[in-house]
Amino acid sequence: MEDILNALALLTNFVLLPAAAYGSQLALGALGVTLVYGILRFSNFAHGDTMAFGTMIAILFTWWLQAQGVNLGFLPTALLAIPFAVLATVAFMLLCDRWVYRYHRVKKAPAVVFLICSVGVMFLLNGIVRFVIGPGEQHFADGERFIFTVVQFREFTGLEQGVSFRSSQALTLVSALLIVVALFWFLERTRTGKSMRAYSDNENLALLSGINPDRVVLITWVLAAALATVAGVLYGLDKGFRPFTYFQLLLPIFAAAIVGGLGSPLGAIAGGFIVAFSEVLLTYAWRRVFEYLGPEGWAPEGLMQLLSTDYKFAVSFVILVLVLLIRPTGLFGGKSV
Amino acid sequence: MNAWLNRYIGAPALFGLMGLALVLVGVLQSWSLALTIAIYCVIGAIMALGLNVQWGYAGLFNVGLMGFAALGGIAAVLVSMPPTTEAWQAGGSGIITSVLLSLATLAVALLVYKRMRRGRARMWTMVVILLGGYLVTRQFFDPAVELIEAVNPAATGYLGGAGLPIMLSWVVGGLFAAGAAWLIGKITLGLRSDYLAIATLGIAEIILSVLRFEEWLTRGVNNVNGLPRPLPQEIDLQQTAWVQEWALRLGTTVPDLASITVKLGYLGLALGVLLLFWLAQSAIHSPWGRMMRAIRDNETAAEAMGKDVTGRHLQVFVLGSAIIGVAGAMLVTIDGQFTPNAYNPLRFTFLIWVMVIVGGSGNNLGAILGGFLIWFFWVQAEPIGLWFMDVVTGTLPAESWLRAHLLEGAAHIRLMVMGMILLLVLRFRPHGLIPERSVRPHSLRR
Repeated sequence: MEDILNALALLTNFVLLPAAAYGSQLALGALGVTLVYGILRFSNFAHGDTMAFGTMIAILFTWWLQAQGVNLGFLPTALLAIPFAVLATVAFMLLCDRWVYRYHRVKKAPAVVFLICSVGVMFLLNGIVRFVIGPGEQHFADGERFIFTVVQFREFTGLEQGVSFRSSQALTLVSALLIVVALFWFLERTRTGKSMRAYSDNENLALLSGINPDRVVLITWVLAAALATVAGVLYGLDKGFRPFTYFQLLLPIFAAAIVGGLGSPLGAIAGGFIVAFSEVLLTYAWRRVFEYLGPEGWAPEGLMQLLSTDYKFAVSFVILVLVLLIRPTGLFGGKSV
Repeated sequence: MNAWLNRYIGAPALFGLMGLALVLVGVLQSWSLALTIAIYCVIGAIMALGLNVQWGYAGLFNVGLMGFAALGGIAAVLVSMPPTTEAWQAGGSGIITSVLLSLATLAVALLVYKRMRRGRARMWTMVVILLGGYLVTRQFFDPAVELIEAVNPAATGYLGGAGLPIMLSWVVGGLFAAGAAWLIGKITLGLRSDYLAIATLGIAEIILSVLRFEEWLTRGVNNVNGLPRPLPQEIDLQQTAWVQEWALRLGTTVPDLASITVKLGYLGLALGVLLLFWLAQSAIHSPWGRMMRAIRDNETAAEAMGKDVTGRHLQVFVLGSAIIGVAGAMLVTIDGQFTPNAYNPLRFTFLIWVMVIVGGSGNNLGAILGGFLIWFFWVQAEPIGLWFMDVVTGTLPAESWLRAHLLEGAAHIRLMVMGMILLLVLRFRPHGLIPERSVRPHSLRR
């Protein structure tokens, strides 16, 4: 019995909690991608760098607040900086829309032109982020690091294996839940949210029934920028901030959005967790878990690791390919153009 | 009138300006630098040609160029480096066994896929076969890898190459990239263009992960240095009589002349390849190119005319990727070293995109010009950015942290410049500097 509990503790510590936190971060990112895809109908390659931009602003504000002696006690100061970062990112994305995307939208340019434009925006954001904060790694988490540590858990339960619950993980899970609930309430219950869904489902019909397309587009960018910023800050608190890592997040985020079905918010969330859990489960070394579960004194040969962690990108990719082959519109039936 | 201008005045004038810029670099900075930039410009132009085949002719959105270039790069290593005999003795049989085993697994899985009826039973059989095959293969593979990597890790620690002339790798690199492109194209072509984009982005990351972490094959992040060179070393040239004689006659130093001679040689080789591709494409230009454009501009209509759209797409995807693979092999040959960490998607994928869009998608001459122009800016934006920042921050005191920070960040300005160039071209000159001939109003449309 105790062996099973120990195995469970191991799994919770190394698989369940990290994957749940990573999954929530991916889900928030994928929500932004999927919203832009649903309303503006293009894959936004700049999303990873939008996350980096928002996080950068949050970090700068955090540093400023820390210099002023402001903090949030046991919570990270970055939480106070998020509203400012969201405002700045929203402003930037709206300017981008005003100067870049709107021209092509009015001309009814094909989707792929928007895609190339987003590559341009990606370069721009990438340059700005590296110019302002540099390409190196930044840590900006402060406050209490753990809700409970391995040692505390062990003392409390008397088990051999401990579980630590980092505050960044707790924060990620709680804020992701709150944001998703708020977003779905907005999309399902408010007039604006309904008009957005209508616009996403059938643009012409929505226009005929008097929905203002400019407003829908505006709100989409606001939501996408806010989601990107929050996702970026949560990821940064959890794993540290490095501009290039954020660019690389593009692949798992897109995998999540496509697995769920591009344009489907529910799918984006499911996709985020599917990608995160597969990544962690496949790259986890199962050796110690099997030691507990197997007969006494028996140990499996090798690490029992299916895939080295170096190949975590391959996991998102394989999931992506499988879904494309078996169900090209994604699990939750997204759009196809 | 405008089209005539573009065709007969525009292109030569633009290429002339480009040449002038390179000459100016030679006069103002140094001839050696100008030649280096020119060599990389040509390689950029070849990559842009490869992408232009895919995007300009067929409208395929490939953002995995980095992966194909890197495959070309590893080809240079595998073809030219001497084999590590000890490593082969230690782990060669294990590696060969595991390669055979994985091929057998794939064959069995394919057989099952073809023979069994669609359904749950088939899916699970496939999963069991693939997983089982993978685990069995690992039993042979892991120990072999450990043995190989233990062989003199500071100098080798990998299997080495075939010890053949490095020029051969330009062909092999193209074949490697073509093989990978065939595989990925089989899976994703025929689906939506967005999916192809994401899939190629993914495959590039995976190829790079393999090159970085499979140290038994590539030495990974330890890099492979000192690749054999197709041209004589500068040191050897300095000893020859004719170099010494000409240096005296031209009034330069012997080392300078030797390095310039070698660079001229590389430039000649690269230009030769560029010319070859350009001619090859012009030769198949007429019926094949017209069919590709027809497919690009209206897939449904082309399909109704009996054209095999997916088949043509696969063909063009493989061809374009092969060209990029060749360029990748050339790059590593000229650098003389293979560094997996140097491959960065901004530089190796998206910069090529900027080249093609700026030059003119669908026009080979445009792609070549774009390759020259954008690479030139990419290299020169750094000194220009530094100079600009120096002027802007000139009023600040020398020890100001802001000035130091701005000067340090100047290198990243080129990313912003590239983004701006791309966005401005898309807005004000969507068909590029040298537009495709007989531009139709919707030629960017798929």
